[in-house]
Amino acid sequence: MRSLEVERLSIAFGGVRAVSDVSLTVSSGIVFSIIGPNGAGKTTLLNLISGVYAPQDGLVRLGSEDVTGLAPHLLARRGLSRTFQNLQLFLRMTVLENVMVGRHRHERTGILSDLLHLPSVSRQNRQTREAARSALARVGLAANAERPAGSLAFGDLRRLEIARALASEPKVLLLDEPAAGCNPVETEELDGIIRSIVKDGVTVVLVEHDMRLVMNVSDRIHVLANGKTLAEGTAAEVRSNSAVVEAYLGVHGSEEAARAFG
Amino acid sequence: MRALLDHRWAPVAAIAVILLLLPLIFPSTYYYRIAALVFIFALASLGVNLLMGFAGQVSLGHAGFLGIGAYAVAIGATHLGAPCWLGILGGASLSGLIAFIVGRPILALKGQYLAVATLGFGLLVAIVLTNEAAWTGGPDGMLVPHLVLFGFPLRGPQAWYWIGGITFVIGTVLALNLIDSPTGRALQAIHDSEVASRMLGIDVARHKLAIFVISAIYASVAGSYLALLNELVTPDVSGFLRSIELVAMVVLGGMGSVVGSLVGATLLVVLPQMLTILHDYEQMVLGIVVMGFMIFLRHGIVQGIAAAFGRMRT
Amino acid sequence: MAEFLQFAFSGLTVGAVYALVALGFTLIYNASGVVNFAQGEFVMLGGMSTVFLALAGVPLPLAALIAVIVAVAIGLALHRFAIEPARGASAVTLIMITIGASIFLRGAAQIVFDKRFHSLPPLLGADPIHFGGAAILPQSLVVLAGAAIVVALLWGVIDRTMLGKAVIATAANRLAARLVGINTRRIVDFSFAVSAAIGAVAGILVTPITLTSYDVGTLLALKGFAGAMLGGIGSAFGAVVGGLVLGLLEAFSAGYISSNYKDAVAFLVILAVLFIMPQGLLGRAQVERV
Repeated sequence: MRSLEVERLSIAFGGVRAVSDVSLTVSSGIVFSIIGPNGAGKTTLLNLISGVYAPQDGLVRLGSEDVTGLAPHLLARRGLSRTFQNLQLFLRMTVLENVMVGRHRHERTGILSDLLHLPSVSRQNRQTREAARSALARVGLAANAERPAGSLAFGDLRRLEIARALASEPKVLLLDEPAAGCNPVETEELDGIIRSIVKDGVTVVLVEHDMRLVMNVSDRIHVLANGKTLAEGTAAEVRSNSAVVEAYLGVHGSEEAARAFG
Repeated sequence: MRALLDHRWAPVAAIAVILLLLPLIFPSTYYYRIAALVFIFALASLGVNLLMGFAGQVSLGHAGFLGIGAYAVAIGATHLGAPCWLGILGGASLSGLIAFIVGRPILALKGQYLAVATLGFGLLVAIVLTNEAAWTGGPDGMLVPHLVLFGFPLRGPQAWYWIGGITFVIGTVLALNLIDSPTGRALQAIHDSEVASRMLGIDVARHKLAIFVISAIYASVAGSYLALLNELVTPDVSGFLRSIELVAMVVLGGMGSVVGSLVGATLLVVLPQMLTILHDYEQMVLGIVVMGFMIFLRHGIVQGIAAAFGRMRT
Repeated sequence: MAEFLQFAFSGLTVGAVYALVALGFTLIYNASGVVNFAQGEFVMLGGMSTVFLALAGVPLPLAALIAVIVAVAIGLALHRFAIEPARGASAVTLIMITIGASIFLRGAAQIVFDKRFHSLPPLLGADPIHFGGAAILPQSLVVLAGAAIVVALLWGVIDRTMLGKAVIATAANRLAARLVGINTRRIVDFSFAVSAAIGAVAGILVTPITLTSYDVGTLLALKGFAGAMLGGIGSAFGAVVGGLVLGLLEAFSAGYISSNYKDAVAFLVILAVLFIMPQGLLGRAQVERV
């Protein structure tokens, strides 16, 4: 079953072809990683998939539905969620409230009933709060629920963003460099969190630079360079692909690497 | 005790108590009038606060809605034979409608462009009110009859003290309801990160428009009350200075603080009255207040005091 | 035809003032990112100060000079005491500060001067020149010439001097400018000072035609901003063009449609630009990076 499909996606900014003719298929329930050197277009690709940019060419399919060019909030309602490389948290709200916002697409009260605080709203608030608490517990932040989000340590902020995305009960979760700036312990925890998310049936698309995390946790890896697809395969296949090694390390470096591997 | 203070109803109770007890210390009806003005402007600034403090937008032309509400009552009574209470409702509906139409394109703008666009809107309303003299009485304004409800005349400072005060309490309840609800959380989320809000399924444009309409209605009702209290309207009810005063009330009291709207309104209504000798200096003082607060005390007075007492969010 | 020329000239005259205000806006915006709402007050200060100094017996040329110096001093004070302390604040906060400043200056003008309308004697006499059936005030030509000279001088400085290069550098990238040794604080000072001077000069030149009073600043600021937006925010040349075009639009709509809503034209222009072509006539479209 394909949970996400991208066909010949392209976008250019000014004269720069940020993403050029990229196609990939993500089966459901796996960890699909997108890697590549800096400037390869990974985040741009995520932005295209999540509706932040509209592609100039190509298709995006969520499940069997063509969702090309749909606005982010409409994609979110169809079960797509994401985290951001530069953290887009609601720093003025508490940790719990941040995750409660994640429940938005499951909340059923309207503006008028909210204004009047009808009993349905109290009920909704309670349900939302409970669901948010369990999402926090999954990432290990339950103890920090009432603190302002802005007071959390950096590694905790990343986990908070994941909790918030999880609270929306996505079918596909895009993680944009979640290990960036994390120490090895935090990255290890991230590994565990990702595995538990996948165990629940969520498809994870991971953009990451940390190769250890990528190699450990990925079922499939797609390599981008200069906006184009370079290779795709399992971790073992990609690791030994000379073109990939060359793109990351350059020709001289790849020769060094070849010699190192013996 | 902290739990009591933290509870959502604490500010409402406090305001209701103030409303009930204040008349006991009023030496004359003059004070009723001042307090009525405070509640009326607090209502308007509460609307602006919801828009600016919670949803993070900006409106430098909100007095335009004050004007629409005020003149709806005046024109309704004078030219259309409508009873004043109908004028209040009509003004609110008209403001809501205009906010809905104008808000759609305007709220797509950000930052200083939104600020200038709303400024332009406010001034446009003022210009129309000044020019269409046949309807509005032009720069000199027009007289407004007093409110009659179920055969009872409601005029004068005392009546409007109670009407204004009770309406403000209701407005506060509605605002607090909104804050502690999915819509309220969505608005605060939009304030902090529109990108993330969208990614969580929030229809940002729709929410911004909704809060803009709600805040316009708050201002419109306040404007109608103002017209009925004074039994007179002039175009500068919707003027640029008025709009800035409303924003100043919000900033002084604290952006995002419901009680702050009352504090800000109190300061900006009471002080000029108390310092009548400084009447000529009013604009200078307003200018310095706006500058001073925006530079040094951006988060307002209530926040400063709350910080001293530990975290208190109302 | 005569009518058309008449409107065109009055439109260009008033447009020249808008152009100078817009130019001042753009200078400050480019150097510091601040939309200076107090820009209109510089125009008011130029006119009113000259009037009152002249009334106090100071010879007119000297009065005008002192008025410009006063405006410059206030511009510098605005930067140092109101804008600088709030550096790093959001764009809206900064606009609010300049609005506060403009209200303050208006309030002060009300007290220091008075609330009446005042005029100045025109430079070349009051007899209208007849041209193509239209009656053109000689002062109109003075205003247009004055504006042209100011623009030319400014262009000369920006384009031909090291100071000018420093201004361009600061506008392009403040941090980079500082890294190459430019004192960006002084550059912003300079932009405020020059904007104030330009505004004051415009005020002095146009007072014989439009009169002046303590509260002309607000509308002028808005119209100047409209002109800057029309020409393309950030483009100095666009500001001049935008201001002139706005003046013409205003004059023609006042003449042919309704003079009551003359002031509304500027706001309609702002709204139209914001929604239809946010980059203005001559500006570059801005891409938002996520």
